[in-house]
Amino acid sequence: MNDLDPAGEPHITTTTEERLVYMANQIARFFASQPHEAAVAGAAKHLADFWDPSMRQRIRAHLAGGGEGLNPIAREAVAALKR
Amino acid sequence: MVITETPDLGTPAPRASGDVTLTIDGKTITASEGTSILRAAKLAGTSIPKLCATDSLKAFGSCRLCLVEIEGRAGTPASCTTPVAEGMVVHTQTPTLKRLRNGVMELYISDHPLDCLTCAANGDCELQDVAGAVGLREVRYGYAGENHLADAKDTSNPYFTYDPAKCIVCSRCVRACDEVQGTLALTIAGRGFASRVAASQDESFFTSECVSCGACVQACPTATLTESNVIEIGQPEHSVVTTCGYCGVGCTFNAEMRGEELVRMVPFKDGKANHGHSCVKGRFAWGYATHKERILKPMIRERTSDPWREVSWDEAIGHAASEFKRIQAKFGRLSVGGITSSRCTNEETFLVQKLVRAGFHNNNTDTCARVCHSPTGYGLKTTFGTSAGTQDFDSVDHADVIMVIGANPTDGHPVFASRMKRRLRAGARLIVIDPRRIDLVRMPHIEADYHLPVRPGANVAVLTAMAHVIVTEGLVDQAYVAERCDLDAFYDWAAFVARPEHSPEATQGASGVPAGDLRAAARLYATGGPAAIYYGLGVTEHSQGSTAVMAIANLAMATGNVGKPGSGVNPLRGQNNVQGACDMGSFPHELSGYRHISDAATRRLFESDWGVTLDEEPGLRIPNMLDAAVDGQFKGIYIQGEDILQSDPNTHHVASGLANMECVVVHDLFLNETALYAHVFLPGSTFLEKDGTFTNAERRIQRVRKVMSPRNGYEDWQITQLLSNALGYPMAYVHPSQIMDEIARLTPSFAGVSYQKLDDAGSLQWPVTGAAPEGTPVMHVQGFVRGKGLFVLTEYVATDEKVGPRFPLLLTTGRILSQYNVGAQTRRTDNALWHEEDRLEIHPSDAEDRGVKDGDWVKLTSRAGDTSLRALITDRVAPGVVYTTFHHPLTQANVVTTDYSDWATSCPEYKVTAVQVSPSNGPTDWQKRYETFAHDHRALAAQPTE
Ligand code: SF4
Ligand code: SF4
Ligand code: SF4
Ligand code: FES
Repeated sequence: MNDLDPAGEPHITTTTEERLVYMANQIARFFASQPHEAAVAGAAKHLADFWDPSMRQRIRAHLAGGGEGLNPIAREAVAALKR
Repeated sequence: MVITETPDLGTPAPRASGDVTLTIDGKTITASEGTSILRAAKLAGTSIPKLCATDSLKAFGSCRLCLVEIEGRAGTPASCTTPVAEGMVVHTQTPTLKRLRNGVMELYISDHPLDCLTCAANGDCELQDVAGAVGLREVRYGYAGENHLADAKDTSNPYFTYDPAKCIVCSRCVRACDEVQGTLALTIAGRGFASRVAASQDESFFTSECVSCGACVQACPTATLTESNVIEIGQPEHSVVTTCGYCGVGCTFNAEMRGEELVRMVPFKDGKANHGHSCVKGRFAWGYATHKERILKPMIRERTSDPWREVSWDEAIGHAASEFKRIQAKFGRLSVGGITSSRCTNEETFLVQKLVRAGFHNNNTDTCARVCHSPTGYGLKTTFGTSAGTQDFDSVDHADVIMVIGANPTDGHPVFASRMKRRLRAGARLIVIDPRRIDLVRMPHIEADYHLPVRPGANVAVLTAMAHVIVTEGLVDQAYVAERCDLDAFYDWAAFVARPEHSPEATQGASGVPAGDLRAAARLYATGGPAAIYYGLGVTEHSQGSTAVMAIANLAMATGNVGKPGSGVNPLRGQNNVQGACDMGSFPHELSGYRHISDAATRRLFESDWGVTLDEEPGLRIPNMLDAAVDGQFKGIYIQGEDILQSDPNTHHVASGLANMECVVVHDLFLNETALYAHVFLPGSTFLEKDGTFTNAERRIQRVRKVMSPRNGYEDWQITQLLSNALGYPMAYVHPSQIMDEIARLTPSFAGVSYQKLDDAGSLQWPVTGAAPEGTPVMHVQGFVRGKGLFVLTEYVATDEKVGPRFPLLLTTGRILSQYNVGAQTRRTDNALWHEEDRLEIHPSDAEDRGVKDGDWVKLTSRAGDTSLRALITDRVAPGVVYTTFHHPLTQANVVTTDYSDWATSCPEYKVTAVQVSPSNGPTDWQKRYETFAHDHRALAAQPTE
C-alpha cells in the first residue's frame, strides 16, 4: 500500500458482510409492498439473478450463523436460494 | 478526397402537405405547398443568388439578392419569402434582376475589404461566390466614404474570431443563435449604416451569454465569424463524417482535415441526431487528442510506489497477461475481472467483455454505466421489456407536454436541449422536477408551467403522488391500459397508489413539493396532449433509482403515453456510448442484447461461436469487485477508458480496493487518477483515431471513422486483442466491421446491422431485424416488447442517508456545459476557460447562518469524508440543499459521497449526501496531500528511468 493510506481517513465503509446484509434488506424492502409470497420469490430471484455465487454463499452462511440484521423477507429470500 | 458538402436549399422544408406545379425558367416542376420559390428552384437544379437565407433558418428577406420576376405579379419579390403557387411562372434571370442584384452587391462590396486572396475564408465564402454569380465587375463607390474596415476584431472566444470589418449584417448569426441554439445572445445593434452584430449588451463574445455552440459561425456566409483554427491553419482539403465522442446525444460531424491534421469539426447537416447543430464540446473541444500530457508509450512498474518504466507493447502486454495468469493460478479463476468503457466503441466494449468471459473464464465484467444508468436498464426492462428509451429525438417536435425530471439538458445534452427549447417556444407546456432551478425553468421565451423542487432523494414520493392524482381523479387512459397492459398488475397498482398515504398532501412533508402544484402538474401531464418524459441521473443515482424509473414508466403507461409520437420515456444518457456499453453485454449478469447469463440457449449460441465454455453464474459488479479486493479475494483488473477512482463513490474505499490488487491495468489516454494505483498503463486511442460505432440515447447506431492514425500506435480494439492473444484466447480481427458482424450474428436486436448497412443508411436505430430492416425509431408502437406493459408498485422508502444535527444539508451533484464528467478531456482544452474550478452552490440563508460569503473557501463534510471548494451563493438551490459539479480531480466531490446505492443495480446514490458546510482557509490536508501524491506519480512518468 502506498503512502496515501485511505484507512487513516474517516469513512463509513463497513465490512463486506454488513454491506451484503444491508443490500439484501434493501432488495427485500422494495418487494415488501407486494403480497408476502410474491415478495419473497421476487427478492430471491433478484439475488439469484444479480449476485455472484461468492456473495450468495456469504449471505447464506450469514443466515446459517443466525442471520443477524436481516429483515424477515430477506431472511426467507436467502433461505429460498438454491445455491 | 474532397469536403463533403450538403447543398444549402435556402429555406427549411415546409411541413409536408399537398403538391403544386409551377414553371421556373421554362422548366415545369412540382414542389410541396409552402415551399419557397428559392428552395423549389434549388431542388430543381436552379440556383438563385442569396445571402441572408440558409436552410437551417426561417427566411428573413433582407438582402434582396434572391429577387425573381413572377408573371402576372408586379415588382420583384424575394424568392426566399415567397411560397410557390399552382401555375406560377417564375423567371430567375432577367436584365432587370441582373441590374438590381448588381446594385445590391456593389453596396455590400463597397464596405467590404478586398483582401480575398489572403482571407481565411477564401474558397469558402458565400459573398465571393455570389459576387461571381451575379457577375459583378466594378464597384463605383470606392472606399473613400464612411466604412467599417478598421473595426477591431473580437478574439475573446478561444475557438472563433469575430471580424466586424467583413460583416454584411445579414443577421444569419443572430437568427442562428435564436432559432437553432435558442440562447439569444446576439442582436443587431444600431440602425442603418451603423448597425453591427453585438453579443449580449455589447460585450465580448466570451463574457456574453454566448455558450460557444458555433451555430453562428456555421451560419455566417462571410469570414466575419470564423473558426480561429481556420485562420491559423488554412482551409481544409478533405472531410470524413464521424460521431462526437462526448455525450449521449451523438451528434455527427464532418471532420475537416488537412492531411492528418484536424482543422475543424463541422456539425453534419444530414446527422439524424443533431441535424447540423453542435455544442462547444463536440464542435471545438477535441484538442486533448494532441495534449502534451497524453501518454503514447506503454509503461509498467512492479509496485505502485516505483517509477513508471516505458516499455515496448510486447513487454507491456506480455507482463499484463502473465500477471493475470499468475494471479488466477494463485487466487483462483474468479480473482480477476475487467471494466468496459461507455466512452469506447461498441466493438471495443464487446471485445473487453468477451476477453473477460472467454479469456478470464468468468463473468466479472462491468461498465461505468453501473454508476449512471443501470437503473434505467433494470426499470425499463421490467416494465416495458427493453432496456432503452422509447423515442427518437425528433419526437419532441410532437410533444405538447414535456416533463423533465432530474436532468439539466441545457448543460448535459445541449444539442437536444436546443430542439426541446424550440418546441417549448412554439407552445409546448413544461414541467420540471428538480431540486435545483435549472436554466430551463426560466429563460428567454420559456417558462416552466410547474417547477416541483423535490428534496434530493424523494423522487419516488413525488412520482407516486402524481400517480395518485391520475388514478383518483379519473385521468387514466382506460382504453390504452386495457389493450396494452397487464390488467391484474394495473389494478393492484391503482389500488396501491390510490391509498391516502400516497396523496400529494400526505407526501409533501417528505418531498418538499407543494401539493397544489403537484396536483396541477399531474393533471397537465395526463390531459395536456402527447406528453414526453425526459430524465437523467437525478432520477437514477439514488438508492431508489430503479424504483423511480419504474414509477416514471407507470405514469407513461397509465396515461397512454408510450408508443406514439411526442410521448415516451426518454433517458438522457451521459456519456456518448452508455447505451452501447449496456447493449454489448458489459454487465456481469447478461450477454449482449440483455440476455441473462443463466439462459442456457443463449450461452450455447456464444459458446459455439467463441469455442469456449461460459460460466453460467453472474459475475461481480464494480462495487462488489472492490469489496472483494478489500477482502483480499479479488486481485487483478483490466480497466479500459474509465477512471473509477474519480467517478465511483466513496473514493477512500475505491482507493483501498485498488491498493490491495496485485495487477491493475489501466488502458486510457491520460494517467488518470485510477492510474495512480496501476501496475501497467496501456495508452489508448482517441475517437479520431479509430473505426467503430457509438449508440446514442435514441438507440441510434452511428459510425465513428478514423480520420488520423493512432498516435499511440494501435486502435483500442487492437490492444484488447493483443492482450487476449497473450492470455491464450486467440482473436484475429483485422477490422472492427468483423466485430460488428459477430455482434449481429449473436444479438437478435442487432441482426440487421453491418458497416455496409450503416454506410448506406447513415445510422440505424436498434432493433434492426428482419421485421424492421431499417431500424426502429419509436418502440412499443404495436404493443410492449415484453407483451403486456407491467405496472410495478413503487413504495417510497426514504434513503438511509439522512440529515441530522451534524450533517444538516443535502448535497446533490451535476455537470455544466463546457465540461464533461471527470473532465479528463475537457480540462485539457480551452473549455477550461469557462470553468476554472468546481463551486458549491448554497442558498443565501444557509450561507448567512454559517458566515459564508460568495467566493469564500468552505469545507464540505459528510460521513464519508471532507473536501474544500469555493462557495457560490444563489437561490437556484432551495434552503437546506447544496450543489456542486464534479469536473475537477482536486475537488474530489466523491470523497464526500457515500456508498449507499440503488437497491436493484448498486448504482451509487450520488445525488444525495448529508453534509455540513463550514468556512475554511483553503484546500483540506487530504487535498493537499493528494495533490502532491498525484503530482509525484505523474512526475515519475514524465522522466522514465532507463
Ligand atoms: S456560438 Fe452559439 S451561443 Fe454563441 S453567439 Fe454563436 S450561436 Fe449564439
Ligand atoms: S457576422 Fe456573419 S452572419 Fe452575422 S451578420 Fe455579419 S455576415 Fe451575417
Ligand atoms: S451535444 Fe453531445 S454529442 Fe453533440 S456535440 Fe455536444 S457533446 Fe457532442
Ligand atoms: S436570400 Fe432572400 S432576401 Fe436574402
